[in-house]
Amino acid sequence: MATIDAKGLHFSALGEQLRDLAGHKVRIYNCLGQRYIAAGIKDITLDIDGIPGNALGAYLGEGSSITVRGNAQDATGDTMNGGSIIIHGSAGDAAGYAMRGGTILIRDDVGYRCGIHMKEFGDKIPKLCVGGRAGDFLGEYQAGGVICVLGLDCGENESPVGRFAGTGQHGGRIFIRTKLLPAELPPQVSYRTATAEDKAILCPLLKAYADAFGANYETLVQDTYLLLTPNSANPYESMYVQY
Amino acid sequence: MDLYVYPEFEVVRNEKKCICCQACSRQCANLVHSYDEATDCMEADDSKCVNCHRCVTLCPTKALKIVKSDHTFRPNANWSQATINELYLQANSGGVLLSSMGNPQPHPSYFDRLLLNASQVTNPSIDPLREPMETKVFLGRKTPVPPLEANNTTAVPEPYNPDGTLKTEMSPQIELSMPLMFSAMSYGSISYNAHASLARAATQLGICYNTGEGGLHKDFYQYGPNTIVQVASGRFGIHADYLDAGAAVEIKMGQGAKPGIGGHLPGKKNVGQVAQTRMTPEGSDAISPAPHHDIYSIEDLRQLVYSLKEATGNRKPIIVKIAAVHNVAAIASGIARSGADIIAIDGFRGGTGAAPTRIRDNVGIPIELALACVDARLRDEGIRDDVSLVVGGSIRSSADWIKAIALGADACYIATGALMALGCHLCRSCHTALCNWGIATQRPDLVKRLNPEIGTQHLVNLVHAWQHELKEVMGGMGINSVEALRGNRLMLRAVGMTKEEMNMLGVKMAGESA
Repeated sequence: MATIDAKGLHFSALGEQLRDLAGHKVRIYNCLGQRYIAAGIKDITLDIDGIPGNALGAYLGEGSSITVRGNAQDATGDTMNGGSIIIHGSAGDAAGYAMRGGTILIRDDVGYRCGIHMKEFGDKIPKLCVGGRAGDFLGEYQAGGVICVLGLDCGENESPVGRFAGTGQHGGRIFIRTKLLPAELPPQVSYRTATAEDKAILCPLLKAYADAFGANYETLVQDTYLLLTPNSANPYESMYVQY
Repeated sequence: MDLYVYPEFEVVRNEKKCICCQACSRQCANLVHSYDEATDCMEADDSKCVNCHRCVTLCPTKALKIVKSDHTFRPNANWSQATINELYLQANSGGVLLSSMGNPQPHPSYFDRLLLNASQVTNPSIDPLREPMETKVFLGRKTPVPPLEANNTTAVPEPYNPDGTLKTEMSPQIELSMPLMFSAMSYGSISYNAHASLARAATQLGICYNTGEGGLHKDFYQYGPNTIVQVASGRFGIHADYLDAGAAVEIKMGQGAKPGIGGHLPGKKNVGQVAQTRMTPEGSDAISPAPHHDIYSIEDLRQLVYSLKEATGNRKPIIVKIAAVHNVAAIASGIARSGADIIAIDGFRGGTGAAPTRIRDNVGIPIELALACVDARLRDEGIRDDVSLVVGGSIRSSADWIKAIALGADACYIATGALMALGCHLCRSCHTALCNWGIATQRPDLVKRLNPEIGTQHLVNLVHAWQHELKEVMGGMGINSVEALRGNRLMLRAVGMTKEEMNMLGVKMAGESA
């Protein structure tokens, strides 16, 4: 395994080293805010000690996996195409923005706009699981994929997600481990308690989360989940008059 | 009962010429024409006609023409017929008016009031038929990149290496045989055959076409060196191979036809390979929100610029495209400092596959003014050569193109003109997805009407003709390299403009000497 001491290293120099190390296992230590780590790299196994900067794993390719021993900043996995990102901590805003494939597992919390604009086509379905809480606008404009928020530290009367979950949602699903309805749910989102059938797509994601962070899969699977789905695949069609 | 809107056009059939072959009926996706067996006559439902001329063109006996209806309201200089009809439509539906292609309103054109110079006697013109004329250009940053470690965009970089040798490494550039490109139109808004025509023509011409934000169909990766790949707020079809495929990556922040708002491809166009290329579920709307939800400042934009540079190994120039709006000069100055290599500005007459009518017709400013003030601002701030400027919306002819270059553009984007070379008749109905010419549709029977080989040839013909015209005009001015025309405002004179307008454009009045 190659190692890189990131202390004082500019993102551009770090990026160059990582591109040269594609296909290898790499450990980065002393990471402190370097942005765009592994951007667009298709095949790399990264273990990061410290705090990576914004846009960690942007456009990440299918053969790559990133593990962070610490928190991550904004736009983790921006437009990620495949592979996996595992954060042993929290992530900032817009984690999983426009994700197209792969899996992001975040042990603790995420900021606003997590999973915004996630997509899917056919059997390529991106998945994002948050162990703690998510901020407002979770899954905004979601077009596909699976988002799950567990709220493991939430009490019975607290919602693990903020306001306006699923605004503009026109595809995909959001699972929330709660019996409470999120605040200010927009009209284009419908909700129900997830059935066993609904959970089929969720189970492997819960298993991955449990395996990564030592949570109890059996209990997680038994819990009650609220499922948010869009009312329509064409939410704005009726807004216009053609002539 | 709905308020009645009388059809805008009437189909006129010359019964003496019509042979009831029903070609018109087979050709019309809007279902205007039908054959009545009882009377053995062709009939037409005028209310469905969009005036695309498909039937007129293909009628074997030339029995058809379309005329504007002379049906009228009581004439009113304030309430035009169109305004009244649009109001009725909205009262019936409660909908936002949706239309397509560029702003058709009679706003003044500055291109039409600019005239070009030519040499006489003292500074002989050059004969382009005999002398070499250079039209090649390179787009990208021409100045050395400021040191990133300092993270200070205003720092002037050291031109020498520590050993005293000159730094010669250039930022990545786009090489074009002439300063013209086909601007962004997504696969989805236009058809596979339209994209095939643009890609092949760009390759033959040594210029670039632009994917728009619909991703790049797998068949078109072969044209990568002549492709600009776009990243927009919907982030459709974006992955490492896509970013790597093109000659440059364009971040779309805005579009001249609809500044400040996003776009959305209706579910009926998001089908089959279009959905696959975008990677969104088939039949669902493909929504590009108004803003990029991770960009609220120049600093945020800088982050996307550098994430794309990192993802492409710093091998591709990054273009940032904006709409021409009131504060365009200050915005462009910020973009130039964001690390972008090229700024593309789209004027208020730029085209679109669908835009709210009121926005298309009323938001934004003319490209001539936007270009002139951005060019002047970047010069004033000493950062003009940090970026190239590309302008579009609406370059209708080589005359507009040449005037834009003289106003300061490094290159121009054309799209409406390119579609017209493919057969578009400007019926402005792209949003209905029923384009009878096979351009702005995904219906297989319509798409196959556009033959990519013929389409390619027409595009190549058009651009070659414009290049000849550029060379003729340059030769007349005594200029043999298009680089020497760029920003050469002394080659322009104004007619019918106020002092303020001339001042804004940085040009003198016709008759005024240099």
